[in-house]
Amino acid sequence: MEKFNIEANFEIQSIIQLYAQWIREGKLKPSLEWNKDRKIKFTVQDPCQLVRKSFGDPVAEELRFVVKAVVGEENFIEMYPNKSNNYCCGGGGGFLQSGHTEARREYGRLKAEQILTTGASYCITPCHNCHAQIHDLSDIREHAWDTVHLWTLLCLSLGVLGPNERAYLGDDLKDVLVFHPETEM
Amino acid sequence: MSETAVKIGGNKQSLFINEVKALLPDGGNLNLCLTCGACSSGCPATGLEGMDPRKFLRMAAMGLDDEITSTPWVWMCSMCTRCVYVCPMKINIPQLVFYTRQSWPREERPKGILGSCDMALRNDTCSAMGTTEEDFQFVVEDVLEEYREAQPEFTAMQAPVNKKGAHYFLNQNSREPVTEPDEMVPLWKIMHQGGADWTYGTKGWAAENYCMFLADDEKWEHIVRTKVKAVEDLGCNVWLNTE
Repeated sequence: MEKFNIEANFEIQSIIQLYAQWIREGKLKPSLEWNKDRKIKFTVQDPCQLVRKSFGDPVAEELRFVVKAVVGEENFIEMYPNKSNNYCCGGGGGFLQSGHTEARREYGRLKAEQILTTGASYCITPCHNCHAQIHDLSDIREHAWDTVHLWTLLCLSLGVLGPNERAYLGDDLKDVLVFHPETEM
Repeated sequence: MSETAVKIGGNKQSLFINEVKALLPDGGNLNLCLTCGACSSGCPATGLEGMDPRKFLRMAAMGLDDEITSTPWVWMCSMCTRCVYVCPMKINIPQLVFYTRQSWPREERPKGILGSCDMALRNDTCSAMGTTEEDFQFVVEDVLEEYREAQPEFTAMQAPVNKKGAHYFLNQNSREPVTEPDEMVPLWKIMHQGGADWTYGTKGWAAENYCMFLADDEKWEHIVRTKVKAVEDLGCNVWLNTE
């Protein structure tokens, strides 16, 4: 909007900021019970558009606050570098649609190595392009990790994630805390 | 280092880099490079097509216009801006890449990005998958009804479309309504439990913008204006970007 000198009478926010706000306010009450004994490890991708290009490190902190509230602090593992200094995964800028598939995967090698270094079973990707790219980077490595939206984990920890809302959970979580299991399709 | 000496542009009067500098605030600092290489050492696109951000900038500075305006590398840089973030001189290499993309004849730009941009121009939803206003509204209402019945705790859950005066205008990537509608539901549940007064708009709901990636300023602006108008027409206070 700045580029085109468009003046708007509304604000722009990311839903990540609302997740954090609502957890703080007690409107959302995620429980860590499901991961207390399982201790499944998670890392998170800082989306370039959300963090470096829009709201900076403060939103990266909000993101971590939410992630820790839904998977447990001890089950969250950082990639390095991270936050505003994070590497792009290669899903942005139109790369996914550019037809340069081999180059895109080579670009993503750095990200894949970062994720593998954490040893986490899951990479949380709160951005659609990141989700598609990091999912693909895992698939070409014999599904080396699972790639999941934050909304999935938030609802899991709220105890309201139904059986048909689990497309991106791995086998280790497919049957955990299923809301209305009888509705499975 | 190059194995053979590179011949530079000589006395050419109008270098491509100068045209770009004229478009950017402070010229994008494009002439301040210290050649330190911080950009390239932390760029995942370094090495693709034998290119890296520093090399690209140096070639532009030397007037190797034909080379920089023909390398497909500009489509392999994701314009993530990490190079600017680490640059001691805050040189805007991604903007140089953007305007280099723009120097390509439109029909020669990558077909996938071009197709997604053109698809988004078909109707006011701005969906790169061409989803119409009617189809979007139908999917949302259909899925909502199904879940309200199947999960009685959420009988009162809303997924409003075109609700005037809602506080939040939520956008949505086209992939969910088109290929995996169940993935919208966790988001709605969170909005419900958070007590948010929100709405989708049949116009401008699609979160993606491939015309921006295509470096098609005119069409990019059209998409942004369509979305801004959609938020304003409904009188929403916050344009809420989804994950």
